[in-house]
Amino acid sequence: MSRDVVLDINDLDVQYYTDAGIVYANNKINLKLRAGERLGLVGESGSGKSTLALAILGMIKPPGGIAGGEILLSGRDITKLTEEETRQVRGREISMIPQGAMNSLNPVMRVNDQIIDSMIDHELGLSKADMLQMAGDALEAVELDRSVGHMYPHELSGGMKQRACIAIAISMKPKVIIADEPTSALDVVTQRQVMQTIRHIQEEMGAAVILIGHDMGLMAQFVDRLAVMYAGQMAEIAPKEGAFRTPMHPYTQMLIDSLPRLGAKGVFHGIPGITPLLRDLPPGCVFNPRCPQAFGPCQETVPQFLEHRPNQWVACHLYESEPARS
Amino acid sequence: MSELLLELKNVTKQFKGGTVALDNISFSIDANNPSIIAVAGESGSGKTTLGLMSLGFLEPSAGRIKYKGKDLSKLNSQERTEFRKEVQAVFQDPFAVYNPFYKVDHIMEVPIANFKMASNKKEAREMMEQALISVGLRPEETLGRFPHQMSGGQRQRMALARALLLRPRLLIADEPVSMVDASLRATILEALDKLNKEFGITVLYITHDLTTAYHVSDYILILYRGSIMEAGDVESIIRNPQHPYTQLLIGSIPWPDLDRIWGEDIAVIDIEEDHSEASRVGCKFAGRCPHVMDKCKVAPPPLYWPDDNNRVASCYLFDNKEVLPGEDVGTLFRSKKVAVSR
Repeated sequence: MSRDVVLDINDLDVQYYTDAGIVYANNKINLKLRAGERLGLVGESGSGKSTLALAILGMIKPPGGIAGGEILLSGRDITKLTEEETRQVRGREISMIPQGAMNSLNPVMRVNDQIIDSMIDHELGLSKADMLQMAGDALEAVELDRSVGHMYPHELSGGMKQRACIAIAISMKPKVIIADEPTSALDVVTQRQVMQTIRHIQEEMGAAVILIGHDMGLMAQFVDRLAVMYAGQMAEIAPKEGAFRTPMHPYTQMLIDSLPRLGAKGVFHGIPGITPLLRDLPPGCVFNPRCPQAFGPCQETVPQFLEHRPNQWVACHLYESEPARS
Repeated sequence: MSELLLELKNVTKQFKGGTVALDNISFSIDANNPSIIAVAGESGSGKTTLGLMSLGFLEPSAGRIKYKGKDLSKLNSQERTEFRKEVQAVFQDPFAVYNPFYKVDHIMEVPIANFKMASNKKEAREMMEQALISVGLRPEETLGRFPHQMSGGQRQRMALARALLLRPRLLIADEPVSMVDASLRATILEALDKLNKEFGITVLYITHDLTTAYHVSDYILILYRGSIMEAGDVESIIRNPQHPYTQLLIGSIPWPDLDRIWGEDIAVIDIEEDHSEASRVGCKFAGRCPHVMDKCKVAPPPLYWPDDNNRVASCYLFDNKEVLPGEDVGTLFRSKKVAVSR
């Protein structure tokens, strides 16, 4: 784990200003991502995981905005860039594999043209032949035939379309790839093949991947580290082993406990209660109304996000009596 | 011989344009033996078509669908009302089933009125409250609210409560948890289980998610491109799949378990789709199957008993075994956890 930190997010606040009040979509998010690492980002809908992804991509639009904190990409704060500078970062240094491959491709453009579209926009100074060469390489990297580049999206199967989207995302060899539930529209067989492809090219390119989703099985099989978000805050970040075998935050514990496994058939553990509204967060720890282990300070003080075990960061009062490591 | 609630006999559904969604399926449901039956398969396997046809929303292109021994399309109005009451549905999208302008009570008030189930408002209210409590909702937290004030899990459980209100004998649940947050899925599965155990309702649980299918159901039917690949006891099939397609499907599940490595026991030709001539006339899986033989490409295999009496598999690997008589996989779904006698 001594690889370079490519993405360093410090105390990031993202808020949406609505008529009903301020929506605290991301609250003091801290996250470090190293080159070549695969990080899983999980949370219920409305937990702020997609907002975090948009913030990293510089795509938070009014009425939303970054209210505080910084996002350092190889040391440079990308929240301070102009729109044009952000456009140059996006696609080239940070790219995104979208969720619904079915709807993400332009139906009237050939795949090759869609791959070189962003290259042209980034003014790489290459000839069209060179760019087509790169597009072909990208298609081969995602295990598609170069000839797929001459096809239109309707000629491709679901899995091929998702691969084409991945080819677009990796064509300029970005340092960070954000994959937002890239296989949620695919069946399990195709899902495994597509995830293997993402893993191969990511390892080959040495890019870091943030996998967003709520399929914990996929997380267990794909990521190195798991970040668990709840109500706009980071509840826990831990190496996969720690998150699955010894989760610390009560929310992570309940999340892991709610997973269907092969043993213990027919045992269900839902998490009772519902997520709070992001514009009306409870005082103290945001999870305290649903937490079975809540005690004294939980309703009053917001817990700090601290490294309570090696590499296992948790925001929970249960551990604050223990001497923190940082 | 108990009366069959619903019977699909050699049903084929071909849509305009030639797509064969279901290909010669025979499947009956005996509601006197309430169980949870999962219908699993990837997109395009025909599982939703099977559900819609069982609800009478689609007519078969060939074959027959019978309700209590009578052809579904030939029911008189009284029988039709009875069918509508006894066979209920819960759909995938917990947002689309509600009209945002009405309070959520509306979806329960309408069936009570239509089926004349209550003689006055007080009685109707009591019925609604009872149904809500049965699915684990608190009436004071749900009735009188608008759909947007409830979570997806609550809305989906409310849809279950609506179905329960009518005391159906069969509930067709098409992907009821796929659009609900993972943390809330368990509550819906729990409610399905309760409907089955406490109210004796047979549940047809249509899903692409084998993990939840395994947990909630007693039996499973694996569909691939409109044909049954394997069917029978869920424990036998998930833990020890016999059909090469089921093996591929189960080997592809990413289990939330660090001790299982994804896809370590897959021995299948890794191609995504296959539309060759062979897999159109023969076994649907022939083009991807590592065990493919010449006869697989000629005619679809019948349903064999591969090992015990708990399940059947449509695969020539077992052609030295006996064939399921009468083709009806429903006969495997009768008695819970008791081997079917041959």
